[in-house]
Amino acid sequence: MSALLEVDGVTVTLPVAGMQQPVLRDISFTLGQGEALGLVGESGSGKSMTARAIGRLLPPGAQCEGRISFDGDDVLAFDRNALRRYRTNGVAMIFQDPRASINPVRRVGDFLTEALCTNGGLKQDVANDRAADLLDAVGIDDPRRRMRQYPHQLSGGMLQRVMIAAALLIDPRLILADEPTTALDVTTQAEVMAILDTLRRERGVSMLFITHDLELAAAVCDRTAVMYAGSLVEEQRSLNLDSDPLHPYTAALVQARPDITFTHDRLLAIPGRPLSAFEAPAGCAFGPRCPHSEPACAEAVPPLLTVDTGRSRCRRLPQLRGTMGQKSAEWL
Amino acid sequence: MTDTPILEVVGLRKTYPVTQDGQRTDFVAVDDVSFSVQQGSSLAIVGESGSGKSTIAKLLVGLERVTAGTILIDGQDRTAKPRGARARRQRGSDIQIVFQDPYTSLDRRQTVEAALAEAVRLHSNLNRDQVARRVTELAEMVGLDQRQAEARPIALSGGQRQRVAIARALAAEPRVLILDESVAALDVSIQAQILNLLADIREATGVTYLLISHDLAVVRQLTRDAIVMRRGLVVEAGSTVSVLDHPQEAYTRRLRDSVPRPGWDPHQISREGAIATADNPNTATKESHR
Repeated sequence: MSALLEVDGVTVTLPVAGMQQPVLRDISFTLGQGEALGLVGESGSGKSMTARAIGRLLPPGAQCEGRISFDGDDVLAFDRNALRRYRTNGVAMIFQDPRASINPVRRVGDFLTEALCTNGGLKQDVANDRAADLLDAVGIDDPRRRMRQYPHQLSGGMLQRVMIAAALLIDPRLILADEPTTALDVTTQAEVMAILDTLRRERGVSMLFITHDLELAAAVCDRTAVMYAGSLVEEQRSLNLDSDPLHPYTAALVQARPDITFTHDRLLAIPGRPLSAFEAPAGCAFGPRCPHSEPACAEAVPPLLTVDTGRSRCRRLPQLRGTMGQKSAEWL
Repeated sequence: MTDTPILEVVGLRKTYPVTQDGQRTDFVAVDDVSFSVQQGSSLAIVGESGSGKSTIAKLLVGLERVTAGTILIDGQDRTAKPRGARARRQRGSDIQIVFQDPYTSLDRRQTVEAALAEAVRLHSNLNRDQVARRVTELAEMVGLDQRQAEARPIALSGGQRQRVAIARALAAEPRVLILDESVAALDVSIQAQILNLLADIREATGVTYLLISHDLAVVRQLTRDAIVMRRGLVVEAGSTVSVLDHPQEAYTRRLRDSVPRPGWDPHQISREGAIATADNPNTATKESHR
């Protein structure tokens, strides 16, 4: 699988109170054609900022270093026209709140076909046919009627399906999905994920799937990366996250979550609170909350170690490997 | 009497007038709901949006008036309007609520100490020193240090604000504490801290919890009994463990199977949902009605 997206050493700073403060530190990963990568983290970990950097949607004043390449092209060097082409045919985004990203006074059909007609040069009736076909594919009954309706006449789950259809209409090669199901009910979440998964596989589209829900990412993505305080701390095959975490933070996240099949006497909470990148101490950002930290962890930012199944930013990984996935062993 | 439930709800119904296709009609948000909770126990009301679970919370604390049915707290009827400030305050010490969003449920101009002191004074006849001691006690109970107690909400994180909201609710020494999605907006690592804290508080005070949640794992961790609601109706009730481990109703099974976990297959869940919808048009998903 050749890499469609390569993110290499990306560091982003934002102006806060007159100073450039880091929000992302040295992020590197690759995403193959047709592959799904989960990006998991708590608030302030930088997962949305990573997607924004890839979509060239960073807030004003942001400075981005490093290299982002899409199909071999340098995304950060795109001029106006290249950026327009990139966003028209290359990358599509789906956000958490569909109501915040759709024009409430335009009909659903107009919203869907606008880009096809202006950028794609299609005639209105051809664009309408394509939109109706895709609405049908995302599980919306009677698409022609829905296209005549306004966003407020559709429920949240229905509207998120419209947003997925809108993202796929332009035949993108990469979907940046930023918490696309967080605002939905659990049963609707399952339906929307099933649709997104099917269409993505059928069309061979790559997906960067951003979520705070480790289990959800693991269930729908081939690989999962975990972020903490603006850094990527672990990345590996989703299957192994629970049983063989490569970073103490991932292990702690898995253990802190209550379980649907098991009542814990007490949850293994992580002390303290998640930090944002500019609050992070010297050395390992997770160090102050880590049960395995030792003085040397605070001395320098640990490098991203590559091991057989993935990568980890824990310098103690060789000693800790295999002892951190205690939870599953405990109940068996 | 020890076997009198602390909270008993019988035949609860709430309707809202709506206009549909030019016709005035009643939308039934809560339909003939009954349950009871014993002192010191805990009950979860589980459901998705539109199930009526939050409407029940509003009816219980008196933010909405019931259309029909009775609410008894410690044997006292709560459905009639309270007469006067004293009766309202009395109700405040029966039942308190902690909402989902700690950002909007606190006064941003008030320090934590002042907010807690106000609630303590309102519900007791303590003198100034006693109030101060009680405030310190409450802050300690929810794990806020002195610096945080002197701070305004803006200086606190989401988890710390939710601790303040819990402490303020406890200031009235309520018999029943309603937790309306109180941990839903918190990060996983903070959520675990608050769930442990709630377990400690129950042990220390014997308060009865009514948890309103869509999160089955949280429900399992915090409650003994559970009712599952859908479109205003109770579809299943029982002990939390049996409802989650051996659900009797197709809807409860579907809710449980929708929770992502290793080996989770969203395709199968949405297929089952489609079959359930086709089998019974009355339980079609909300979207298809619109």
